[in-house]
Amino acid sequence: MTTETLPTAHTTDHLDLLESHAIYILREVVAECERPVLLFSGGKDSAVLLHLAAKAFAPQQLPFPVMHIDTGQNFPEVLEYRDRAVQATGARLVVAKVQDSIDQGKVIDPGPMGSRNRLQTVTLLDAITEHGFDAAFGGARRDEDKARAKERILSFRDAFGQWDPRQQRPELWQLYQGKVNPGEHLRAFPLSDWTELDIWQYIEREQMDLPTIYFAHERDVILRDNMWLAVGPFVEVRPGETIKRMLVRFRTVGDANCTGAVISEAKTLNQIIDEVSVANVSERGATRADDRFSETAMEDRKREGYF
Amino acid sequence: MKLAHKDLLRLATVGSVDDGKSTLIGRLLVDTRQLFDDQLDAVVAASEKRGVGDLDLSFVTDGLRAEREQGITIDVAYRYAATPSRKFIIADCPGHIQYTRNMATGASTADLALVVLNVAHGLKEQSRRHLCIAALLGVRSIVVAVNKMDEVNWSESAYQGVVDELDTLANELGFESVISIPVSALLGDNVVDPSPNTPWFDGPTVLHALENSQAGSWSGAEGARLPIQWVLRQPGGGRTYAGMLNGANLQVGDVVTLLPANIATTITAINSGSGPRELATTGLSIDVALDAETDAGRGDLIATAPLPTVTKEFAATICWFGEAPLRVGQRLRLKHTSKVTPVRISALTGVVDIATLAIDANTMLQTNEIGLATLQSADALVVDDYRDNRVSGSFVLIDEVTNATVAAGMVGRAAFL
Repeated sequence: MTTETLPTAHTTDHLDLLESHAIYILREVVAECERPVLLFSGGKDSAVLLHLAAKAFAPQQLPFPVMHIDTGQNFPEVLEYRDRAVQATGARLVVAKVQDSIDQGKVIDPGPMGSRNRLQTVTLLDAITEHGFDAAFGGARRDEDKARAKERILSFRDAFGQWDPRQQRPELWQLYQGKVNPGEHLRAFPLSDWTELDIWQYIEREQMDLPTIYFAHERDVILRDNMWLAVGPFVEVRPGETIKRMLVRFRTVGDANCTGAVISEAKTLNQIIDEVSVANVSERGATRADDRFSETAMEDRKREGYF
Repeated sequence: MKLAHKDLLRLATVGSVDDGKSTLIGRLLVDTRQLFDDQLDAVVAASEKRGVGDLDLSFVTDGLRAEREQGITIDVAYRYAATPSRKFIIADCPGHIQYTRNMATGASTADLALVVLNVAHGLKEQSRRHLCIAALLGVRSIVVAVNKMDEVNWSESAYQGVVDELDTLANELGFESVISIPVSALLGDNVVDPSPNTPWFDGPTVLHALENSQAGSWSGAEGARLPIQWVLRQPGGGRTYAGMLNGANLQVGDVVTLLPANIATTITAINSGSGPRELATTGLSIDVALDAETDAGRGDLIATAPLPTVTKEFAATICWFGEAPLRVGQRLRLKHTSKVTPVRISALTGVVDIATLAIDANTMLQTNEIGLATLQSADALVVDDYRDNRVSGSFVLIDEVTNATVAAGMVGRAAFL
């Protein structure tokens, strides 16, 4: 074998290998499971996941629907993007609303300003049961959080939707095996080995569409708990807080009332890549109030069945 | 194959419990500034909360609540690091015997094992087990951190004693590259920066050894192997066959054999995530069009010479993770490439004695034991010896009732067994 003589057009870089691995996982889960679904938040990671899914099965349509767990506390730009992106792939969109879980009395309404982040788990698990999904693709990455760093690419969930980190299936080589019994399901994470920088480099390479809030723009914000929160219908200004007009962007996309903005002038993908390359705070540390409750906030939520 | 992987090294930590694997990885990540400020702050806060000093480096990777409470590693943590010369995917594996399945999970995709030994204890049985499993899984390069040198007053003779013992075993197991380094993961000596405490040592630091390792990916694979995962229907009625390529390159115009049907045909087109291409290399997900009309589907394999073996009975090396023993006659489900088929254990020819590497005659395998077996499959499998191809030579065994993965299997037998 003489790999040295390959023309440069055929060289394989780390993005090609990450893309290939993700496509391989997508195809493997679809082949082994009966009713997969792709969880889509409208954030950059799920955007990359949807993009890869379209590639994995082209020229055919996606062999599974796309599901959004809608907390009702979204950034409007993200909902616009969701509809645009899903329509572009021709996939069927399923929307499961946290408001419905509240109306059915399954969870308690935290009020118009309260966080619905943790309530999503109930809505998600109910939707998985209702539709009979046995596998749910998610865009989680292992570099995001120390509990995610421990999770398998195919992660087993019992009949209660729980993750048990002490009883994970061995996952050898790339022999992903996705068989479950009725009532159980899998979470599949094709982007496990991607870092935040990989995601941005890939988005740039593929020239992907994204929600506009990822790019620097002027916005009214307040400083709360060391985070810049966007003033809007889900964040009211408290006594002692002052509104500032700042040039910001969002490094992650979650609920409007627990996702912080970062001060940034990055208006293009290349500027974002430069910014991410030299960041000294992690993306969740910089922007997510939901991870600050306790040392093991993510693990605790994951055990309950969170994304 | 160096081209595709030269900038990425996959490594797994290997060794017994409490010898300092997680602390060493924590030290490597902290001293090469791979941690974000908030992550380091969180480790500091967690250390204080658990009363284990200013900075418990093991908390960098031991992220589960139970791990921090008990001070052990339960499951593999994956960390991603980059230095100017290389990208790393680090699998920090547990040392306890009851989590051997998790160690095997981390080591199965590694090119290099970072072995951590306590200088005061040398090679414990669990260290030998891990080294044996790493060798079986095809790891050919090891970097050995002889740890806790500060606790033996930087004694060269203590270090040398462990290295001699290690070298003997590494030689038996057939590792191609062995680099030993005296370190203190706790204090950082010889991890990223050379230590003033070991003037008698003129080898590299751990970081230097990892950055310069030639471990790379497997280079021995001859013949292209494309296990078919999925059939894609093309506009106009044609079909392409999708899968991840491994082994040799595949090129448009190549004569290939579709197995197990044994149909010779030609590749007429190759597509990848970035569009049509003339040539594909290992690790790429592609779909190919074939010259012949076939009924090829998931579980079939497209290969170039030298061709793999089509068989319903084969000998294999098994790492058994099931709670109940594996017995002759037992029925299981086997997954090999994209093929799933029922199998039966038709013979168990021996169990590996971890202390001596001798094969003891036995008719069952206990949890975490390694043995030699013969398997009969319901459907024909298309296999290579594991030493020739890590993809077409590997399989897992699955419990038919619980769907749990209960064994890692490798076709054939390692030279040292």
